Amino acid sequence: MAGPRFRMTRSRRQALTGILFTLPFAVGFVLFFLYPFLQSIRFSMSQLQIVAGGYQLEPVGLENYRTAILVHPEFLQVFVEAVFRTLIDVPLIVVFAFFAANLLNQPFRGRTLARVIFFLPVIMGAGIVLQMESADYMMTQLRTAANEGGLLSGAVLRNFLYELRIPETTLDYVTSAVDRIPEIIRASGVQILVFLAGLQSIPRSLYEAADVEGFTSWERFWLITLPMLSPLILTNSIYTIIDSFTVGTNPLVKLVRSTAFGGGGFGLSSAMGVLYFLSIAVILLIAGSIISRFVFYDN
Amino acid sequence: MSASLERKLFWERVGGIAWSIVRGVIVLGICYVIFYPLIVKLSSSLMREVDMFDNMVQFVPRMLYLENYKIVWEYMDYPVTFRNSLLLTLMVSLMQLASCTLIGYGFARFRWRGQSLLFACVVFTLVVPPQMIMIPLYLNFRYFTFFGLLPEPGVNLLGSIWPFVFTSLTGTGLKNGLFIYIMRQFFRNMPKDLEEAAAIDGAGAMRTFLRVMLPNAVPAMLTVFLFAFVWQWNDYFFTSIYLSNAKVLPVVLESASMNIMNDINYIADHYRSILDNTGMILFIAPLLIIYAILQRYFIEGVERTGIVG
Repeated sequence: MAGPRFRMTRSRRQALTGILFTLPFAVGFVLFFLYPFLQSIRFSMSQLQIVAGGYQLEPVGLENYRTAILVHPEFLQVFVEAVFRTLIDVPLIVVFAFFAANLLNQPFRGRTLARVIFFLPVIMGAGIVLQMESADYMMTQLRTAANEGGLLSGAVLRNFLYELRIPETTLDYVTSAVDRIPEIIRASGVQILVFLAGLQSIPRSLYEAADVEGFTSWERFWLITLPMLSPLILTNSIYTIIDSFTVGTNPLVKLVRSTAFGGGGFGLSSAMGVLYFLSIAVILLIAGSIISRFVFYDN
Repeated sequence: MSASLERKLFWERVGGIAWSIVRGVIVLGICYVIFYPLIVKLSSSLMREVDMFDNMVQFVPRMLYLENYKIVWEYMDYPVTFRNSLLLTLMVSLMQLASCTLIGYGFARFRWRGQSLLFACVVFTLVVPPQMIMIPLYLNFRYFTFFGLLPEPGVNLLGSIWPFVFTSLTGTGLKNGLFIYIMRQFFRNMPKDLEEAAAIDGAGAMRTFLRVMLPNAVPAMLTVFLFAFVWQWNDYFFTSIYLSNAKVLPVVLESASMNIMNDINYIADHYRSILDNTGMILFIAPLLIIYAILQRYFIEGVERTGIVG
């Protein structure tokens, strides 16, 4: 009789403690996240006017969505561009981060320093600096100069590959990737660290067994390293998608902001925000379900 | 027999050397790409405007020119702005650290109904771009009625630190979902015996947490703190909404060059670039110093917190 009762109160006490510890988040989530989130949906279907001592909402149905998609001169174009840019960047960043992590996992002199430098963009290439840099006159000048003359510029490579009769779409992908090398490297800091941590958590015994079996390093990579890291490919892809959608240099992020505070109206800006969120949600769902099919789980 | 083995070993060594050369070139190239914007900023911050038109000048200006720093330093009111920013960033990151540690611990070590739903909410805050809730947050803090508790017009919390305090203490600030996730993963991997031993000794949940769990969680907490610090220092999005007129670095940096040029009645892209780059150097210098000293904790932290496991 005493046993089960004791266990019940104990599990109830457990539950209560857990609730208490996470209570701040539950409160904050409702007040500073869910409520604004729902308000945002409501704003997107209203005409919002600032009046003395507050604001007034006048329901307008889907008018703001119609304006954003059909009337606004820039939105649709910027929106499509932002989505495509993410779709192009994410695989490149994940592949690069994977490659860089494998590189940094090898023993060589200066490896610690290289790691410190590879992670540097997370420290200094965020927020306001990244934003100002992308608009900076000197950087733009240097960038165009490099793209015109450099050996590895997209334009030069494009001519070369065109001669080889490479299909146009592949061609465009490769050349845009080459032009975006700096951006891709600078967006991969966290992802490299995550892959690196994953590489170090692969049990040594697996590689030792592979050596006994006489695996080549090619086989070791495809049969051990890649499957063991596949869950992290999913994690990093999701992280990268979210990151590239919310970074301050994303043109759509800028547009949503300038519409709100630059006179375009809070309602219209909210509608743009909602459409943007929906596109992220759809892309995350599709990417997640595709990638998780290839994920190998050890246990 | 031995000749063929010798030949094989020889080619393996050649291959090894070739690869380490290729690897060296790749690593150096990537480092160059990463340092490139920093080099551009530093060199143009030390230039006169004429240097920018001088074809002979590539990265090294004709002579060191510190006047840019003097002007930008004055317009940014650097000592005051720096102090404000430091205090704000320290306050916000410490609050976020405290709340995210507690919340992460709650998720990791206790079971209750609705727990996975609440954790789904954490993930949800990570997925929704902050731009989507920007306008309601702005209006709610502009006419803050404490959700109906205060009389109608409410108080204006914009321009004060309160929006930061509220969101940081409740784990809903900038990227806080990630911090909660990191702390949860860390506490999950800690052995159960520790708590059981403490429970047998008769310690309550809070005591166990403070005396047993926290001392062991210092590395993970340091990582979260450093990330929170860096991201808050760099943050322009929330800072410019909540503190649009305050003397904090991101806000002041953004407008410094325009203010200078308006005052001297001279507006030119090159000059603006020089001033902006000077300001950015002043802005990231403290971060670079912190990173140089504490880089170990950034990098090893991610590996050790078990974010991967």
